[in-house]
Amino acid sequence: MNTNEKMEDAVCLRAENISKIYPGTVALDNVSFEVKTGRVNVLIGENGAGKSTLMKIIAGIEQPSSGKLFMGDQEVSFHDTTEARSHGIGIIHQELSLFPNLNVYQNIFMAREKTKGHFQLNNKQHAELTERILAKLEHPIPPETLVGNLRVGQQQMIEIARNLIQDDLKILIMDEPTSSLSAQEVDVLFKLMRELTEEGISIVYISHRLEEIMRIGDHVTILRDGKYVVDEEVSKIDVPWIVQHMVGTDKTYHKRERSIDWSKAETILEVKNLTLPKSGGGYLVNHVSFEVKKGEILGIYGLLGAGRTEIFECIMGLHPEHEGEIFLNGEPISVKSISEQIDRGFALVPEDRQREGLVQTLDIGKNISLSSLKNYVKGPFLDKQQENAHIDEVIKDIHIKVSDKKLPILSLSGGNQQKVVIGKGILTQPKILLLDEPSRGIDIGAKTEVFDIINQYASRGLSIVVISSELKEIIAIADRVIVLSNGKKTAELTGDDIKEDSLVLASYQGHHGH
Amino acid sequence: MKNSKTNHSIAMTVLKGRTFIVLVVLLIFFSFAAPNFLSENTFMLIAKHVALYGILAIGMTYVIITGGIDLSVGAVVGFTGMIAGGLIQEGLTLQIFGVTLYFSVPWIVLIVIVCGALIGWLNGIIITRFNVAPFIATLGMMYVARGFAMLRSNGATYSDITGKPALGNTGFDFFGSSIFGKIPVGVIILVVIALITAAILKETPFGWHVLSIGGNERAAKLSGVKVNRVKIIVYILSGVCAAIVGIITTSQLVAAHPATGESWEMNAIAAAVLGGTSMAGGVGTIGGTIVGAFVIGVINDGMVMCGVSEFWQMVIKGLVIVLAVIIDQFQRNLQAKIALQARNENK
Repeated sequence: MNTNEKMEDAVCLRAENISKIYPGTVALDNVSFEVKTGRVNVLIGENGAGKSTLMKIIAGIEQPSSGKLFMGDQEVSFHDTTEARSHGIGIIHQELSLFPNLNVYQNIFMAREKTKGHFQLNNKQHAELTERILAKLEHPIPPETLVGNLRVGQQQMIEIARNLIQDDLKILIMDEPTSSLSAQEVDVLFKLMRELTEEGISIVYISHRLEEIMRIGDHVTILRDGKYVVDEEVSKIDVPWIVQHMVGTDKTYHKRERSIDWSKAETILEVKNLTLPKSGGGYLVNHVSFEVKKGEILGIYGLLGAGRTEIFECIMGLHPEHEGEIFLNGEPISVKSISEQIDRGFALVPEDRQREGLVQTLDIGKNISLSSLKNYVKGPFLDKQQENAHIDEVIKDIHIKVSDKKLPILSLSGGNQQKVVIGKGILTQPKILLLDEPSRGIDIGAKTEVFDIINQYASRGLSIVVISSELKEIIAIADRVIVLSNGKKTAELTGDDIKEDSLVLASYQGHHGH
Repeated sequence: MKNSKTNHSIAMTVLKGRTFIVLVVLLIFFSFAAPNFLSENTFMLIAKHVALYGILAIGMTYVIITGGIDLSVGAVVGFTGMIAGGLIQEGLTLQIFGVTLYFSVPWIVLIVIVCGALIGWLNGIIITRFNVAPFIATLGMMYVARGFAMLRSNGATYSDITGKPALGNTGFDFFGSSIFGKIPVGVIILVVIALITAAILKETPFGWHVLSIGGNERAAKLSGVKVNRVKIIVYILSGVCAAIVGIITTSQLVAAHPATGESWEMNAIAAAVLGGTSMAGGVGTIGGTIVGAFVIGVINDGMVMCGVSEFWQMVIKGLVIVLAVIIDQFQRNLQAKIALQARNENK
């Protein structure tokens, strides 16, 4: 730590040795963090590094498993947001937490109502204060407007305004406040942040836009995998320094060697100008084109919300309103429903295994055969023998460690559950397998096995598209990687060009202005 | 562009006032179809009936706005009616002391309302503390309350519950048969409750909290709204409304029958939905609910006066409710369209 820095003296809040353990994962591992008074304290890390968890603990939304918080010399602990707020801590959430059914001033003053005689709401005062605060934010929105009818950027401003009406605000936590703002709105926000810090309010700022951090940040702390990595004054660092510390150098996977001339391989899937509009304006997927060859593994890298999952959803027919063309084996297809897409040879392994991948009430075998049951129909009945034979084959093929396929699915470990979901996809005998974060939430051993399965099927000629947020992982497994940022394709890399820094830089590129 | 905008806003006005328009159309229709329909007596009769579902529907509106449902209200009407009837007819026998207590009418009203509140409180506790879905919790309570109503008298009716002057408990029929000017007491009670609850929903922090929970429960919690407490109060309110209806209906009939109020919860839900309350929560007004209750009342009594069979009445009522919700969806889509248009013009 920099002890010779002159601004170093005043610390508004100190988090000491905070750990947060969720069943199965350690979100924060003994992290200490200081909020410096009147400065913009930036917190950086990859997805899942623990930034948001740490902020939720400071704002009273989550409670630490161990560790202490200090404000000044006094130890504090917050059981809910109201307690944190009474200590002057406000938070602007990453996902908007507004009431679409209520108007602007109701949203701003919710649970902080001004009343006449403790009972009757003073809506005139609400409207006046709202107008004043929105004028300060340079967003004169009529206070009576229904929030559900506002643009996302305007809604973000309301979210910010909610925190500013607090009289004794000491610390304002902003979790990616600019992700839905236009360049002009970002300028207003930054101006405001400077005004706040001049008033002595401390800001904790989380953002994925690195150039923004260089512009507004004063002090940077980097987290990786729930652990503290380093902290430094922004004036002493640059973007490559941040990337290097975010990525780290520890974990490595074995890079697989394949010498295939992909230009000669036949193209299985071609996507041209795929576009999916966002309901509040803008695009979730913005004119993305790519192709997948036979037996190729295509990686899709990008930050959370970059539009990765949405591409899969478009291809699988979950968004019939998408625009653009999709070609299968050179033939144009119109994607309307998910069952049609399964028939055409697409299989999806979804990101959220528990919610979208498994039927918890069915046994292991049934979970595997669920998508292909119609292949085993004999008259009105299921051909159990044939079904079981195929299930056994898949279990053996992808090494699911199970003594009896009639056991409940939840008796398996996370890694083996994931293999079941993959097995379900493979049993439909797909031509193209779409894997959304196949290694999320499983241990390192199981990860390697999942990668082996992916490689094994690719070498048999199956085309595979893999989404991953983990750099090392995608570098190890993919023959080619496309990078998405803010819905746009910002890079396409092959072979030795697939490097960590180029992937990270490309994943921030789509955020330049609008 | 300009033209389509005015068209939209006319359509919006029509859609927003749709339930009221339906009410007017129904009134015109029945005044032609049933010769005696357009008379003071008919209106007072309808108002007297509407008071019953109207009060239930007010409690239901609060519950639905928080994103819940209360299926127990009909059974609570029966149960609380039986308590009132029993207290008048048999008093409260305390076996340890070997005495039977008879209460005066104001005490009986208080006891009955407290019973309704307790049932609502139980619903709220089961829903918030034990995380049971409101549909299931109140479905269970519906059976339990109905069962106790039957057990109170072994299924028999307490008839002629006028009380005895010697016991000092006369006057219970006040709530059913008294008339101020030309307006029945039940209707006055409805108006008073409607005014109070409408003011609470619009003018107090509590009202905001109710709306916020239905709009975005997680955000409400993060904002510091005491979500569980608000929900419990809302179910208590619904229970109290049901108890008041129990008193009025028992008093109107001058008899307490344990099956009273069966399927009235459905009328209450229908009135709320017709009045524009969204089953998804977050949207609803007391005024709308009252209009909705009148629509149901006019359909019921109007059809009776036209001599439509009871079976056809059900069919028509069902169609009106579903149609109302279809129009509601239509309105929402249009609203979204208008908002989008306004937004594009601002750019």
